[in-house]
Amino acid sequence: MESNTQPLISIKDLTVHFPVRKSLFGKRQTVKAVDGVSLDILAGETLGLVGESGCGKTTLGRAILRLVDPTAGQVIFSGQDLASLSSSAMRAQRQHLQIIFQDPYASLNPRMTVSQIISEPLATFGLARGAERTRRVQELMQQVGLSPRFLKRYPHEFSGGQRQRIGIARALSVDPSFIVADEPISALDVSIQSQIMNLLDRLRREKNLTYLFISHDLRAVQHVSDRVAVMYLGKIVELAPAKAIYARPLMPYTKALISAVPVPDPKVEAARTRIMLEGEVPSPINPPSGCRFRTRCPYAIDACASVEPALVQILPNHFAACIRISSRQPDIERVAPGAAPGLNHQAAHLHA
Amino acid sequence: MPKSNGNLLSVKDLRVYFKTEDSVVKAVDGVSFEVKRGQTLGIVGESGSGKTVANLSIMRLISEPPGQIAGGAIEFNGRDILKMSPRELRDLRGCHIAMIFQDPMTSLNPFMRVSKQLMEVTQLHLGHTKEEARRHAVEMLEHVRIPDASERIDSYPHEFSGGMRQRVMIAMALSCKPQLLIADEPTTALDVTIQAQILNLIQKLKTETGTSVILITHDLGVIAGMTDYVTVMYAGKVFEQAPTPELFERPGNPYTKALLQSVPDPTSEQGKLFQIPGQPPDLANLPSGCPFAPRCRRVEEVCRREFPPFVRLTSNHFSLCHFADEVYAESAT
Repeated sequence: MESNTQPLISIKDLTVHFPVRKSLFGKRQTVKAVDGVSLDILAGETLGLVGESGCGKTTLGRAILRLVDPTAGQVIFSGQDLASLSSSAMRAQRQHLQIIFQDPYASLNPRMTVSQIISEPLATFGLARGAERTRRVQELMQQVGLSPRFLKRYPHEFSGGQRQRIGIARALSVDPSFIVADEPISALDVSIQSQIMNLLDRLRREKNLTYLFISHDLRAVQHVSDRVAVMYLGKIVELAPAKAIYARPLMPYTKALISAVPVPDPKVEAARTRIMLEGEVPSPINPPSGCRFRTRCPYAIDACASVEPALVQILPNHFAACIRISSRQPDIERVAPGAAPGLNHQAAHLHA
Repeated sequence: MPKSNGNLLSVKDLRVYFKTEDSVVKAVDGVSFEVKRGQTLGIVGESGSGKTVANLSIMRLISEPPGQIAGGAIEFNGRDILKMSPRELRDLRGCHIAMIFQDPMTSLNPFMRVSKQLMEVTQLHLGHTKEEARRHAVEMLEHVRIPDASERIDSYPHEFSGGMRQRVMIAMALSCKPQLLIADEPTTALDVTIQAQILNLIQKLKTETGTSVILITHDLGVIAGMTDYVTVMYAGKVFEQAPTPELFERPGNPYTKALLQSVPDPTSEQGKLFQIPGQPPDLANLPSGCPFAPRCRRVEEVCRREFPPFVRLTSNHFSLCHFADEVYAESAT
């Protein structure tokens, strides 16, 4: 990542709204699943994306790949805006953009053999045929740690971890440059999770891949990622190098998320005080005004309800969206009660 | 009821088998553990380790056939659950032992108002009148901190969020002040912030009421924070038993050690994670020796040939391993 910091994908103000109707004659409403996300995914990096269920992380990943159509905004990939491509032009791009799904049981066709599953993308893009195709499939199976003997077997003959390997081989078959890994380890057993994380990491280095690693598991995200983005109700609220986000989280939400993860050490567990978040994530149909986290934030002040905080740089390469902190005063615990040092910062940002 | 040596529950050499078309799956095979009064026992294991089957057997919720409790005893307050009449079992299930499951949506009746589901329990088991039951139900919901309990009580389960549904389940489970609460992966389907709320709630209720808890989970972090004593299961067997601090500090079994090492630690360097090679075993075709041998770092010839002994390391620390003493000694350094 240090050697190459060009963005591979540049997301600009991406928005995905879903229309919903509560009853047959009810009012039409919109779920603001992704609401104005701007983000660069750098070539060769693993960008971790964390957040609670319903925060829009999966929708964001799918919107980048046009698996759901964005309502507005751009996704720039090799000089083109994916969001505005025609479907045939988009299909040509799909060779470079792949996805690995959460559920290795639902994402493989039970009536196709492993060989058929892995070679289907090769056939779709006309990349290899006949003996060459078989050879490629065998090579891919070896790369993901599956014996090529299993070529003719069906998905139900494999365990969850092995199925996830099949899904990874399928994604790799077309030599993509970018992979969205959507909760790739959440459905797996603890002993298998580390196998898949190590495999993904090895493949990234060998094949020079770029990942968007989506997960609710902060420990896993922190371990595999170069940078981590934290999402809350359709917005990115913090973005920082993985180490920094764990060592010095700035947003009250990120602090609470990290403190909620149980640590496998009884001494640490006995000694620590958890930041308990009250209540639950509000509905994305009617998100709170201003800062969306304010309804659960222990540091919220009146101004938080009226100003929508922008994602600004607080520390070097460390961005956060909160009016109560600024680059001069990044520690929210130390900010004077009622003060909002970030307000000027935010205003300046808006005028810039 | 007769009291027995501080143990509320003791499971002895439990065997639960499932007959399939061409084989017998030994889901639980010779499992023993104890729950002391007021204590929380953690049971940790991967899918297929038998942790859920063992606990369903305590409630006698294994459907027979295909399942079959092939042997052992489950003593609750000194009485063997396996020998109880259906009537005694009904009393036991509602009143003395309660269970909450991973997915609250599938454990609540979607067609019934929450109020009715909660009231049913105390009307049946405590002989409450309708008014008493309703008052008690509202109290229970307030107890598990559901806001506006007296209004929300007439909602249907789908009108609650996942975390709220799990609170309703806990309220229902605790309605009759059970002596034992079995929580089977109670927070696995929930977000971390909601998980923290629910675990906090279980902990608080436990200290208030003195209920004993069996907490089944695959998350070692949850085990570390919530339990007094841990049982580690693998392939239907107990692999290690120890007081919680000791298990984390000085594991005496290669499987426990490997599990602890494969959890990413945010404070350490990134890089290759420790990984346990191979796949969890197929319970219908277990190897003849130690079931963990094919994946074990410490494996020797004897492990593949002979089933390991259950070694006593200290008065309350046990490990199923040919080299338990050696592994335990190594962990000290």
